[in-house]
Amino acid sequence: MGRISGPLHDVAGDAGHHDHPPRMGFFTDTSVCIGCKACEVACKEWNAIPEDGLTFTGMSYDNTQGLSADTWRHVAFIEQRRPVEPPEDYAGVDVLGMAADGAAADFRWLMASDVCKHCTHAACLDVCPTGALFRTEFGTVVVQEDVCNGCGYCVPACPYGVIDQRKDDGRAWKCTMCYDRIGDGLEPACAKACPTESIQFGPLDELRERAAARVERLHADGVPEARLYGADPDDGVGGDGAFFLLLDEPEVYGLPPAPVVTTRDLPSMWRHAGAAALTLIGGVTAAYLAGRKR
Amino acid sequence: MSEAEATRDGLRNQRPGREARGAAGGPKRRGRRRRGEETVVPDAEFRSYYGRPIIKPPTWKAADIAGYLFLGGLAGSSSLLALGAELTGRPRAARAGKIGGLGAIGLSTVLLIHDLGRPARFANMLRVAKPTSPMSMGSWILMAYGPAAGVAAATDVTGLFPRIGRAATGWAALAGPAVVSYTAVLISDTAIPAWHGAHRELPFVFAGSGAAAASGLVLLAAPRSETAPARTVAVFGAALDLAASRLLERRLGPVVAEPYRTGRGGRLMHAATALTAAGALGAALLAGRSRPAAALAGAALLAGSACTRFGVFAAGVQSATDPKYTIAAQRPAPE
Ligand code: SF4
Repeated sequence: MGRISGPLHDVAGDAGHHDHPPRMGFFTDTSVCIGCKACEVACKEWNAIPEDGLTFTGMSYDNTQGLSADTWRHVAFIEQRRPVEPPEDYAGVDVLGMAADGAAADFRWLMASDVCKHCTHAACLDVCPTGALFRTEFGTVVVQEDVCNGCGYCVPACPYGVIDQRKDDGRAWKCTMCYDRIGDGLEPACAKACPTESIQFGPLDELRERAAARVERLHADGVPEARLYGADPDDGVGGDGAFFLLLDEPEVYGLPPAPVVTTRDLPSMWRHAGAAALTLIGGVTAAYLAGRKR
Repeated sequence: MSEAEATRDGLRNQRPGREARGAAGGPKRRGRRRRGEETVVPDAEFRSYYGRPIIKPPTWKAADIAGYLFLGGLAGSSSLLALGAELTGRPRAARAGKIGGLGAIGLSTVLLIHDLGRPARFANMLRVAKPTSPMSMGSWILMAYGPAAGVAAATDVTGLFPRIGRAATGWAALAGPAVVSYTAVLISDTAIPAWHGAHRELPFVFAGSGAAAASGLVLLAAPRSETAPARTVAVFGAALDLAASRLLERRLGPVVAEPYRTGRGGRLMHAATALTAAGALGAALLAGRSRPAAALAGAALLAGSACTRFGVFAAGVQSATDPKYTIAAQRPAPE
């Protein structure tokens, strides 16, 4: 078993894979997402995921609501009326046809396709008691559905609220980064279907470089709020295998601002549990010693 | 839902909460933002995605898992009290502890298997021994404890194999405290702020609560002449539980600790405090004098312990369901 927190370069190697391919990942550049949901559909189709409820939420164009056992890609729609400083040459442009009363000047629409982060230190995998969740040779995190016994531990363990239990089936399900496709040299269904290359698939090192360049470019173009999310190997989960370019704070997209892999604190948890057990033994022993019958 | 109509002037009757500008939080405000409210609210108030949770609440059923937290604590502590009683010549108190231990752990196992999405695959729990998974470790702890508790109770009731019985009683008393305190690690090792942030104090809450419950059982089941040490344990357990609970809330800070104070979690925790304190007082002052008082104190201690476990569980669910707790835990308010 490997490290439980901190930066980790060779994730697959740490999990016991030898001669493995490079770590593969997703870079989701939300600045070019057009909210077409092709990724959601392609994912459902390829992975034969059951229907997950047909509800009208009123949350902009988002009736999917979030990632779940039956939704492995989720496109968020955020309508913002925040002061935006439009560059000179865009002034007065009718944004998305909702420009009545000059509202275009301060209206913006954020769209982002969310997915399992395939964490470097994945809490879901760490806490899984059966070994159903495992680290693939690509450094991704996958559930073996023939092993999962539906204990549900991974569900509250995931710091991103990704993995969930399928009700009628009892087992836990989530994105596999199309393990069956990438093993055959194909790209995952969502990346394949994305018409704007908002979803990019590739070796994680390359993606990180490309993403850094993209942020620089956006900053130069006058989008100072562009930032990477999950790209830092020094963050609380050791960096994500699927990371993002965002245009606002993470929580606006429903993402945790500073997630931490819960097992980072496991040594401290066991130490305190040990101390508590000894306290219990000590207290009870003292009570019986004091009450000894002579 | 089609009240929203697009007109030349923009959207009319748009559904409240349409715009993810994110205003003040709390379950009550969710989705009830006033229409047309121009909130260019600075970040003093948190923002979220339509008030939706950031993390997933546990899929565990309260009756199963909170029930297990209670029964596991009762079982492990009862075995410890049984050994104490046996070694100090209190056979009926010892028997109560042994039978209580076996019964509680037996029921626990049933609850745990019942809660699985695939109960038929429960044996997969023993497929691996995984130090990073408290549930895996817990399965092995239960394997070490359960059979010993069974042998201890069976030999006591039947009178057969007394030496094996003595060994099993000792073994169960050693493994018991692990059963009691590991369940705190089990729930702390999650992304839930009210649990994870409390990982230092929760084991002590559970140890105290377990001791209080086991003493309650002995007070209920054993004659007064044998319950003197159990009454001391009642006071010790209640004091440890209540003190650690206070520390826990202080550690979490006003926002993250809120689920322990409000809503279902808060109600249960308040009930737990009242019952545990009353039970301990009753045990200390009255239980030595009258059997009914002892039984009443014992019942209060057991009920208090159950409320603590169900309260902690409910607080965790509340903590996971509102994004403001996740954000508050990760982004402490700037002073
Ligand atoms: S995002 Fe959640 S489900 Fe995905 S690897 Fe990380 S912990 Fe596991």
